[in-house]
Amino acid sequence: MIGVAQFMFKTKFIIAALAVVAGLGVVSTQAAEGEAPHIEKQSWSFGGIFGTYDQNQLQRGFQVFREVCSSCHGARLLAFRNLSEEGGPGFSEAQVKALAAEYEVDDPSAEGGRRPAVAADRWPEPFASEQDARDANGGALPPDFSVLAKARGVHDAFPYWIFNYFTAYQEGGPDYIHALLNGYHEEPPEGFVLPEGKYYNDYFPGHAIGMPPPLSEGVIAYEADENGVTLPQTVEQYSYDVSAFMMWLADPHLASRKQTGFAVLVFLVLFAGLMLATKRKIWAGIEH
Amino acid sequence: MSEHSTYVPGSAVEKWLDDRLPIIRFSKEHLMDFPTPKNLNYWWTFGAILVMCLGIQIVTGIILAMHYTPNIAMAFDSVEHIRRDVNGGRVIQAVHAVGASAFFAALYIHIFRGLFFGSYKAPREILWILGVVIFILVMATAFMGYVLPWGQMSFWGATVITNIFSAIPLVGNSIMELLRGGFAVGNPTLNRFFSLHYLLPFIVAAVVALHIWALHVPGNNNPIGVEVKDSRDTLPFHPYYTMKDALGMVVFLIPFAWFVFFAPDILGHPDNYIQANSQVTPTHIVPEWYLLPFYTILRAIDFNVLFIDSKLGGVIAMGGSMLCLLVVPWLDTARVRSGSFRPLFKWFYALFVLNFIGLTYMGAQDPSVPLNNILGKVFVAYYFIYFLVILPVLSRIETPKPLPTSISESVLGKAHA
Repeated sequence: MIGVAQFMFKTKFIIAALAVVAGLGVVSTQAAEGEAPHIEKQSWSFGGIFGTYDQNQLQRGFQVFREVCSSCHGARLLAFRNLSEEGGPGFSEAQVKALAAEYEVDDPSAEGGRRPAVAADRWPEPFASEQDARDANGGALPPDFSVLAKARGVHDAFPYWIFNYFTAYQEGGPDYIHALLNGYHEEPPEGFVLPEGKYYNDYFPGHAIGMPPPLSEGVIAYEADENGVTLPQTVEQYSYDVSAFMMWLADPHLASRKQTGFAVLVFLVLFAGLMLATKRKIWAGIEH
Repeated sequence: MSEHSTYVPGSAVEKWLDDRLPIIRFSKEHLMDFPTPKNLNYWWTFGAILVMCLGIQIVTGIILAMHYTPNIAMAFDSVEHIRRDVNGGRVIQAVHAVGASAFFAALYIHIFRGLFFGSYKAPREILWILGVVIFILVMATAFMGYVLPWGQMSFWGATVITNIFSAIPLVGNSIMELLRGGFAVGNPTLNRFFSLHYLLPFIVAAVVALHIWALHVPGNNNPIGVEVKDSRDTLPFHPYYTMKDALGMVVFLIPFAWFVFFAPDILGHPDNYIQANSQVTPTHIVPEWYLLPFYTILRAIDFNVLFIDSKLGGVIAMGGSMLCLLVVPWLDTARVRSGSFRPLFKWFYALFVLNFIGLTYMGAQDPSVPLNNILGKVFVAYYFIYFLVILPVLSRIETPKPLPTSISESVLGKAHA
């Protein structure tokens, strides 16, 4: 009888453990949205528990953002100073100061209401108002980039999403953005009626996206690195870099958070071990 | 329970205090000497873990409130401000957000432990009912907290949930408008939810105090469900259970920290990183995972019953699911408490656990898919059948296994087995 009780304890343990895992797991799984194509997961330097941003990649991504995206998309939570902060693209303070000076911001206390930006200023909005933005973009509103990489995701079918909890997969946003930027087709598939002024994209919900293909081969001139190597100037490379930049923009403290997390977990595991030893010592000799 | 006290004031000051406010005596009786069954397993550590969760939420929440702005124009950015610019804010905010999920994970384990070991049975009915009250209050608190970041899911979740109340006949619309502070979810809603979200945890803390009071009158239930007979069955709470609970808490913090530091957003919905927009409805409005079982129950009633339309039916079903929990002490009248000694109950209970996971899963699925719709209804049906049919019937027909005569006999038997 006692053996049975122990067996039940184990069974219950397994059931409850499953309950916890599945309970935590069933979060944002949604029904498959029709024929949404599979989004291929990329390998990101900031993925996994030891992930950290690649400075060079963030600098290239910033270049793509600045030269292409920022003509329509804002980044209202980005301050120039962020670009020189630890864990980011790693520009020097002098570079950031010079960069900021190239832009003008509104300042009621300045002469004429405008002045050159300083490092503490936020990235200037590309349009004066939402209406201006819509007027310039065929009625569509280009979303702000500040947290956009966290506002997009990849849906994994059951049971694959369960693994994401154990791999700490948080890169659905950049995976989606990368796929979107590479998902344009010049002609929509047969039978698909594309509204006027829209473009066909494999990954955009509903496929008709207001944004024309923003990137094309060679549109941004990457500089050679210290070894004289230049990365391929392709849509694939641009989109990969700008997606990484957008992830940093949405989660600028990711690297330090993960580093702290590793230390915290090591501490907790060791502490739990000591606690277990102490508990056993206290309970030694007690039949329970 | 002063008979357990061995407290003798050790000094003139303690004696003076003891005659006026016997707080040291009280602490010694209830936190140190309290006789606790010696056979409690690790499922019993979740009470202490839940106290820790409540503490974490209150402390992090108070700090967040110092930096948060409850205004629809600024709320979204103020949360980002906490993540980006406040010292330590990224960790505090993540702990608070993940902490809500951890709280519910522990709550569900605690509730299911009680359901298996019959912890709701006499003389612990009030203890159990207070627990259900805490559960409901925590759900309300969590729901209102989720509205505060003012993302798309915040806004639309608030719209859907407040709309539920409009189904109540006669007064429904007034209640809904009172909750919203207007005809639609807007700035007044955000302000009152912020205020209530700050208030409710302290009410929860007060009910927790009652819950522990109600626990300390009959004392703990235990895995064999046989009442404590004499002092050989028990151990003083300190150091035995303070140590065991502390170990449970530290182990619980490991997965907690995993999510906080490595995947703080994985338990939320990406849409909540889009600022609330009353003009754009998300494709799927999904509550947080811990509310999904009850969301499934709400949505399963998509048909009219006589004069009750589907909307009111859903609300009745969801309220009924809580009512079942409240009255389970009188539905399950079996004299044997512990499921370990109930050969039939065990299987229905295991099925109930799986069914509850199914309810959770279905809450996130599209109910317009026929298979999901049918499965959802089956899960909801089993939830109610378990409480209203299976438990009362089992109480009458089941022959339990023989019980050990006492806890000490049981643990000695185990030691020699």
